[in-house]
Amino acid sequence: MELVCPAGNLPSLKAAVDNGADAVYFGFRDDTNARHFAGLNFSPEKMAEGVQYAHDRGARAFLALNTFPQPEGWGRWQDAVDRAAEMGFDALIAADIGVLDYACNRWPDLNLHLSVQGSATNYEAIRFFHENFGITRVVVPRVLSLPQVKHVVENSPVSIEVFGFGSLCVMVEGRCLLSSYATGESPNTFGACSPASAVEWRETDKGLETRLGGILIETVEKGENAGYPTICKARFEVGGNTFHAIEEPTSLNTMEMLPELQKAGIAAVKIEGRQRSPVYVKQVTKVWRAALDACAKDPEHFKPKTEWLAELAKVSEGSQTTFGAYHRPWQ
Amino acid sequence: MKLSLGPITYFWTKEKTLEFYEQVAKSPVDIVYLGEIICSKRAVIRFSDWMEIGEQLAAAGKEVVMSTMTLLEAESELKMMRRICENGRFLVEANDIGAIQLMKGKPFVTGPSVNVYNQRTLAKLAKVGLCRWVFPVELSEETFADMQEDRPEGVESELFAYGRLPLAYSARCFTARAHNLPKDDCDYKCGEYPDGMTLSAQDETRFLSLNGIQTQSAHTFNLLAELDELRSLGVDILRISPQSEHTLEVIEAFHNAMQGEESPEEAAARLNKNMPTGPCDGYWHGKPGIADSVLDNYK
Repeated sequence: MELVCPAGNLPSLKAAVDNGADAVYFGFRDDTNARHFAGLNFSPEKMAEGVQYAHDRGARAFLALNTFPQPEGWGRWQDAVDRAAEMGFDALIAADIGVLDYACNRWPDLNLHLSVQGSATNYEAIRFFHENFGITRVVVPRVLSLPQVKHVVENSPVSIEVFGFGSLCVMVEGRCLLSSYATGESPNTFGACSPASAVEWRETDKGLETRLGGILIETVEKGENAGYPTICKARFEVGGNTFHAIEEPTSLNTMEMLPELQKAGIAAVKIEGRQRSPVYVKQVTKVWRAALDACAKDPEHFKPKTEWLAELAKVSEGSQTTFGAYHRPWQ
Repeated sequence: MKLSLGPITYFWTKEKTLEFYEQVAKSPVDIVYLGEIICSKRAVIRFSDWMEIGEQLAAAGKEVVMSTMTLLEAESELKMMRRICENGRFLVEANDIGAIQLMKGKPFVTGPSVNVYNQRTLAKLAKVGLCRWVFPVELSEETFADMQEDRPEGVESELFAYGRLPLAYSARCFTARAHNLPKDDCDYKCGEYPDGMTLSAQDETRFLSLNGIQTQSAHTFNLLAELDELRSLGVDILRISPQSEHTLEVIEAFHNAMQGEESPEEAAARLNKNMPTGPCDGYWHGKPGIADSVLDNYK
């Protein structure tokens, strides 16, 4: 299984490549990718440098171009496709049908992956993208159980990549509008969930209040961990109870499942976190490299080492990790 | 301009559903979308029942469209999608790309959960059989106008014009979760909430509505007041999304306004009073979806 690691800047990219990533994915400094945050991502110059750095060391470079252009901004996505092809990216990770259509017609040799934002949860959808745009890989949404993932692999004409570690989307990616409902901007339209400009923190007697688009979505008491505020991981009142009505602030960790993922024929494991620091990328890449190597060598006896899990726990968002939907009872 | 009724998104009893469509048959709506689009466990109405409801509505002069599920995970769900796509009698609304693949060039409609955000996507889908598309709910009038300019020939534009907005889908059932039940043993709790379960923010803002694996807006999107503008934009069809109460009145109000029998503003204001939480139209105006132009409530 290939290890695909995130990079929000050049130091992170180098950390990923130097610590054993088989591939590294990154995006331009604008709304053409789903981690559109201030101070993050690559200028064209840095990007070329990043591609070169990866290639010189035998790693592959993927461009994340996984948001949905509207007519007014179409040119930016088209330029990004052209630049990716000219810079020698090994794959373009896209979600929008229009972008994929442009890419496969203008650059027939450009390798295309369907982003998780493309919402392909079943093999019929995958076949559509394969037959129409010649995609060679799909990143599947974090909503499928392990048996469902296996079923997709068995029937898919292309290889499957799954998320292994990092922040967890509870909703099907590419179809979640919760952020824009509160703020006007969503991953689809703007490349960010809970854009920073819409987040407001206020210290009060009750604790730290977090507002999103002016709506109070969380109050964190002193001593509690305040993660980045997304609607799906906040506490709400439903039926007279106030609780994490959608999901607790947990993050995904599938390391224990590696032998099963390997056996299922998964082609690649993706690490989430382009918005995280180079230190995160370094630690997570290092641990996952070791785990993947150990699993490839002896899957029967594979067990995550305590020190690996301790390293990962240090950088996990929230205090808990989960198998997410891979583990059926979570659903 | 025509009027359509979207698929029922909630889990109603078979009796209520049949009674509802009997009334719909007599209403002035032109197009009716049928089928379970949220959860395959809600199988009290079988495929053959839906086809029969379709025949009755067709006999009453309605154009019938069979809608497919939005989130497909299990093979059994793909099997149902195949049956719908191969029904051979009625047009199909694809709510997932998988359904487009199964249509293999036959005409189809895309529902609001298929991301058609730009002209190139619209043109590509038109080449593989798209005959009508529903504009994604989070996009603005400005984008709609741009899309209309480059619309491929023979493709109709439908606008989600009234109802609680479909905002998200998950593998997890939030109604079951609110009852501390696992999804596999959900006790069909969503059946107890014919308009979903309201979720409120900590400042008591009524925010979302939990409908099984789907999350909707608590507020009801209402574009009726904009009718003249919608006409000038060349919208072909206005869609109303059903609620357990007052849906027939909503159809009447839209119809009357479209016929010029009542002013759109007055009719819209009347509907606002019956909404479970209140109105919103922010997305259409390029603002947060929850905002409303009349209430001018965006903080």
